Parts: sequence; C-alpha cells; structure tokens
Amino acid sequence: MQKFLNDAAEFLPILLQGVWLTIVVTIGSLLLSTFLGLLWALMRVSGVRALTLLSGGLINVIRGIPIIVLLFYLYFVMPDFGVAMTALQASILGLGIAYSAYQAENLRAGIEAIDKGQIEAAQTIGMGWWLTMRRVVLPQAVKIVLPPYGNIMIMLLKDSSQASTITVAELALQGKLIASSTFKNTSVFTLVALMYLTMSIPLILLVRHFESKASRK
Amino acid sequence: MIELRDVHKRFGANEVLKGITAAVEKSEVVCIIGPSGSGKSTILRCINGLESYEAGDILVEGARVDAHSPSIVDIRTQISMVFQRFNLFPHRTALENIMEGPIYVKKEPRAEALERGRDLLMQVGLAGKADAYPTQLSGGQQQRVAIARALAMQPKAILFDEPTSALDPELVGEVLSVMRKLADDGMTMVVVTHEMAFAKDVADRVLFIDGGVIVEQGAAKTVLNQPQHARTQDFLRRVLHPL
Repeated sequence: MQKFLNDAAEFLPILLQGVWLTIVVTIGSLLLSTFLGLLWALMRVSGVRALTLLSGGLINVIRGIPIIVLLFYLYFVMPDFGVAMTALQASILGLGIAYSAYQAENLRAGIEAIDKGQIEAAQTIGMGWWLTMRRVVLPQAVKIVLPPYGNIMIMLLKDSSQASTITVAELALQGKLIASSTFKNTSVFTLVALMYLTMSIPLILLVRHFESKASRK
Repeated sequence: MIELRDVHKRFGANEVLKGITAAVEKSEVVCIIGPSGSGKSTILRCINGLESYEAGDILVEGARVDAHSPSIVDIRTQISMVFQRFNLFPHRTALENIMEGPIYVKKEPRAEALERGRDLLMQVGLAGKADAYPTQLSGGQQQRVAIARALAMQPKAILFDEPTSALDPELVGEVLSVMRKLADDGMTMVVVTHEMAFAKDVADRVLFIDGGVIVEQGAAKTVLNQPQHARTQDFLRRVLHPL
C-alpha cells in the first residue's frame, strides 16, 4: 500500500495532464454529438421523406462502424484527401459523429413521445413546424431525454479512451506510456481506473438526479 | 364566414365525410350533433387544416383551406380551436399558455399580450390561477384556460371539439357558462357536442350528422324538439333517455 501511495504521488501529475485531455475530448464530442444528434432527429421527424430517409441511412452507417475505425479513418485516411487535422480534432470529430447516432435515437424517442394533441394545439394557434418544435415539443422532450442522456455522457467519458489509438495523450494513453516505461502496471492502471471512476461519479449522481426528477413529474 | 361545399374526406378505405355542404354566418352558433364516428370532429379538423380533405371546398372568409399550403397559418390565426382533452402546454403556466400565441405567432409586444392574458383569465373566472400549471388545475379550469388561449388569438370564430366530454359531470357547467357568455357576446362558434341542453339554449342552428352526411339541419329548437328524420329521432331518444 505504501508503495502504491508513493507511485501515486509520483505519477499523478502526469496522469492529471491526461485527465485534462480526457475532459476536453469528452466535452467536445458531447457537444458535437448532441448538435448532430438533434439535427438527425429533427430530420427524422420532419415529415419530409427525403430528409427522413437520409437521416435513417446516416444513423445506420454511423452505428455500423466501430469508433476505432472511424477514428483511424479521420486521422490516417482523410489526409490522403487533403483534410488534415490534429489528433485532438480528429478524436472529437470521430467520437462526436459516432455518438450522434445514439443521441439521435434518444432524442427522436423523446420527441415522438410527446402527445399529438400538443402538436395540434400548437398548430391551431398558428405555429409552424419549427416554432412548434422549439416552444412546445423540445421543452417537453428534454425531460424524457435527460436520464438516457446522462448515460450517454458516462459511456462517452469511457469511450474517450479510444482517442489514445490516434495518439491523443489522454488518461488511458498516459497510463500506458508510464506503465510501459516503469513496468509498474498494477499501480498505474489501478490509478487510471480510479481516476475514470472519479470522473464518472458526478455523472452517475447527475443521472440519478434526472431520473428522480423525471419520475416526480 | 365559414363555408363547406360538398366536402369529402376518407381515411384509407373508410369515407368519413360524404359530401358535407354547410355554412356558418358571422356571430352564429352552430352545434354539430350525431353518433360517435359520424364525422363530426373530422369536419372541425378539416376547417382549420388539421386534416386535409380530398374533394370539395372549405372557405374561411373566402380563402380556401388547404392543410398543405402555407396560407393555413393565416387561417388558423383567424379560427381558434378548443379540444376535448384541453391540450394545454403542461410546461407553461395558465397565463403563459394564453400568451404563447400572441407573443410567438402574432409577435405582439409582451406587455400587451400580458395585459390581455390577465383580462382573459378574469373573463373565464380564473384570475387567481395565472401562475398555476395545468396539472394543478381541475379539468373544468383547464378547459377554461384553453378557451382563454383560443380567445387570445382574437379569432373570428372558435371551433369546439366536444369541449365537455372529458369532464366530470359537476365541472361541465362552468365550461358551458363561459361558452354561453361568448355566444352572447357575438362570437362565431361551431360546437361539436353531446350537451343537448346547451345546443337547445345557445345554438342558433343544429346539424345532425350520421354516416358522414348531414341528415337534418335547422333552427336548434326545431331540430331538437321536432326532429323530422327517423335517424335524428332515434339518436335524440337514445341521448336524452339512455335508459
């Protein structure tokens, strides 16, 4: 135990640098996936056949590709087409795209759960499609969508470790680098696991809060 | 003001409106009665474009109603609707429900919408409930807020789709009395209802619909007191003397 604490004191500053990048990747891809997911979901429920089909197709393609392959594609293949990005940009873009499929399905379920009478009431006071969405449907859908959204956040936090495969020195990669140079696998990976857990706990509490709020309504 | 000419409407193979021709004049109160599934509500839903129709014409102040045309928004701001299940926005207070249309659709200044909103709440007897959410209100109160929401658009006519059918019996009166006051003030109203006493007292005219056609129509008291058609007689007997 003493040895572990000594190792912890030694490695923690380096691992914390990784934590910072983990947070950047997670928040960046969370925002991007929420935005894209909302876009796909709105296309899906737009009632315009072409948009519905396009969104459905996109979601299936995205869902069918492993995140790691998506990351490789963005980071290693896109430069061949003249689109070069930093590893950090590629990881945020890749995870953002990958998670937009889950976000879209969650948001669509929330939107479709809203009573048709609500939409009709909005229409009868002269609201168009977008105003109905913005003022009537989405504010009510948020309540339904929040608990699964919290779970998506936790999954995304953990999947941000996949950015390590394209050289982003986030927590998992920092851990791996320290471990392979010091051979202190046990201490290092225990620390890494504990740090992911520490970051998850606030999110888990947040989900619980959302759920209790949703069930009270 | 509202005119229907030989309107046909089908849901798949089921033709629900088989040629409806009728007119509603300004300040007139017209009640539509008939058995369930006869197409009463569909008529209302076609008038403000919640449903499209396949043949015929519906005209509101001379403008043709087309559910798929952008002009439908203009027609909807002139004709409000009150629903059987109220359909208030649950995430907004009574007052916010009423102000929603004026502020976001008609782009009225907030202060003006607020003043009229409070005024309308007073008119429907709910001045003290401005900040209550729909779930905190009884069915009768919710329906009165819904009527105030319809009025807030300053419509030329209001369509009522069985406004008291979802209410407990003791709450029906408060909604009907608000509607009666509106009728007395000269509002043009089309009311789908099972409240025969209301139809008899308040309506100028009654249409009896069965099987997607107007079976009988005329002055309210005439149709309800001396129905000519056998189907009207049968329906009224069953409604007025269910046992």
